[in-house]
Amino acid sequence: MANRAARSLLSVALTFLGLTCVTFFIGRVIPIDPVLAIVGDKASAETYARVRAEIGLDLPLPVQYWRYLTKVLHGDFGNSVITSRPVLHDLLQVFPATLELALLALLIGVVAGVPMGVIAATHRGRWQDQVIRFLSLLGYSMPVFWLGLIGLLLFYAKLGWVEGPGRLDVAFDDIVGPVTGMVTIDSLLAGEYEVFWNAFWHLLLPASILGYLSLAYVARMTRSFMLAQLRQEYVLATLAKGLSPWRVVWVHALGNVWVQLVTVIALTFGSLLEGAVLTETVFAWPGLGLYMKNSLFNADLNAVLGATVLVGVVYIGLNMISDLIYPLVDPRARDQ
Amino acid sequence: MATAPVPGPVPGSLRAWLLSPAPASRRQARFGRWFRAWLGFRRNPLAMSGLAIVALLVLMAVFAPLIADQQSATLQVLQDRLQPASWQHPFGTDELGRDIFARVVFGSRITLTIVVMVGVIVVPVGLAIGLPAGYFGGVVDTVLMRITDIFLAFPRLVLALAFAAALGPGIENAVIAIALTAWPPYARLARAETLTSRRAEFIQAAELQGASHLRIIATQIVPLCLPSVIIRLTLDMAGIILTAAGLGFLGLGAQPPAPEWGAMVSSGRQVLLDQWWVATIPGLAIFIVSLGFNLLGDGLRDASDARS
Repeated sequence: MANRAARSLLSVALTFLGLTCVTFFIGRVIPIDPVLAIVGDKASAETYARVRAEIGLDLPLPVQYWRYLTKVLHGDFGNSVITSRPVLHDLLQVFPATLELALLALLIGVVAGVPMGVIAATHRGRWQDQVIRFLSLLGYSMPVFWLGLIGLLLFYAKLGWVEGPGRLDVAFDDIVGPVTGMVTIDSLLAGEYEVFWNAFWHLLLPASILGYLSLAYVARMTRSFMLAQLRQEYVLATLAKGLSPWRVVWVHALGNVWVQLVTVIALTFGSLLEGAVLTETVFAWPGLGLYMKNSLFNADLNAVLGATVLVGVVYIGLNMISDLIYPLVDPRARDQ
Repeated sequence: MATAPVPGPVPGSLRAWLLSPAPASRRQARFGRWFRAWLGFRRNPLAMSGLAIVALLVLMAVFAPLIADQQSATLQVLQDRLQPASWQHPFGTDELGRDIFARVVFGSRITLTIVVMVGVIVVPVGLAIGLPAGYFGGVVDTVLMRITDIFLAFPRLVLALAFAAALGPGIENAVIAIALTAWPPYARLARAETLTSRRAEFIQAAELQGASHLRIIATQIVPLCLPSVIIRLTLDMAGIILTAAGLGFLGLGAQPPAPEWGAMVSSGRQVLLDQWWVATIPGLAIFIVSLGFNLLGDGLRDASDARS
């Protein structure tokens, strides 16, 4: 167990180094001259050289990388050009909105996707299997930003079932102060139920659309894991002992599948954070994705790279957690 | 797989030659194997519709000037803005009075270019990393696979965004950004395929005859890896198209006035509520094409599984 954890930590450290190498490299190859951006094009060669030395661009690359790495490890991503606040401060402010969206999407994806995968496996080749296969194929093939627009057109503009873009109606702004940063949770904590429902109806559509995409993946993986389990002899044995098929499938076989599903769910959550970039743009959702997109178009490289590192770290962290949870849910992995 | 269907093929026909249980030459055996895979593939209606969609996309891209008027794809006729579908404009017109049908048709060229260029970069890079890793093993394997794992643990779209932002918007940069994040699975696949054949006797025979490592890899191992790499590539195409369209939607792909489908959806957002077709139709094109690649890839995988 300790050995496993040590190996997992080492691989996390290596991946983190790789990630920062890439972001450092991107920061270097960008066609904008950072010195020129500070001194302007009328500055003398002397001033140019002085500023260049000041921000450390005359140092050898490995030294520059080391400086960058130390800063990142201290949570220093530099200042955002647009908001002129530290990038980390900005990121911490927008991240809860993305987290709220991704968590509800994950919940939808797992709660609907796992049973669908199980049903597809137990009805292999029958119409249930075909329908579920078709649904997940659609999920794989739809551009998420387009699905978002169609959803807005249909459920918001035409049917009026949900609220439109944004997190809250203007009338509800600033009623509850941020505690967790997730409006639905904060409003419940404050006992402001009206705000909660407004936030919920704003959240439901983007979360459902993201959730549908993760559902496609979760259902497909659950199906193939379940098929492998249903072929095992213990299934036959429990059936022979007279256990109801329902119990065999949903308790015994699915119980063993959860182990593998943990990894799938962790990876799904990572891809939800990515999908958020496009979804947030469509729904004007003030989260990490929208922040990144806006920074992109204002050439705010510090902010873009800071957000990239943050998403990368969450991604790597999820991989590690799923690696470490594995032996907790699967006793067999503990002995190895 | 059955050697000959009932009633048997006409003796002396091409079909009989292809399905012969005792091929007389290596070429006949290879073509026969492909033909049998094709017969299995043909029975799968979903896979066939995927093939039809992809074939249609290729035809549309190649013959675009015959199908639609190139000029009306970029020509701005402001008095014809936001027209609904009509005989003159089958899909209506956009906010600058350009014919959406012509733009969708010519947009297929951009989509196909991106897909082909990503494939052309990703497969050689994946092979160049994966083959030596599997072939030489040891330290080479550890180092190369560690690098691959690092890239595999990256969030793909976010990294592509950062690259596209650093390199500047445009098709070429979108392609580079996607390719940089898409190669790791191919390296893993190539390594796995190499490991299975590394100890085979025909490789040892080639080594004994004095063939260089490079020669063995290029002439013996690459052909073995290609089928699974191609299947994987087909399955990946949908994801590549969606990522490219996403970059286009964010304004980081092909630049206006190029008729890139993702960018077209983005420009239609402003008029979504009243002129729904402007955003909906290019999005439908993205969806159909990526569905086609998914169906085709699934079918290819099933056909290759049946063979082995």
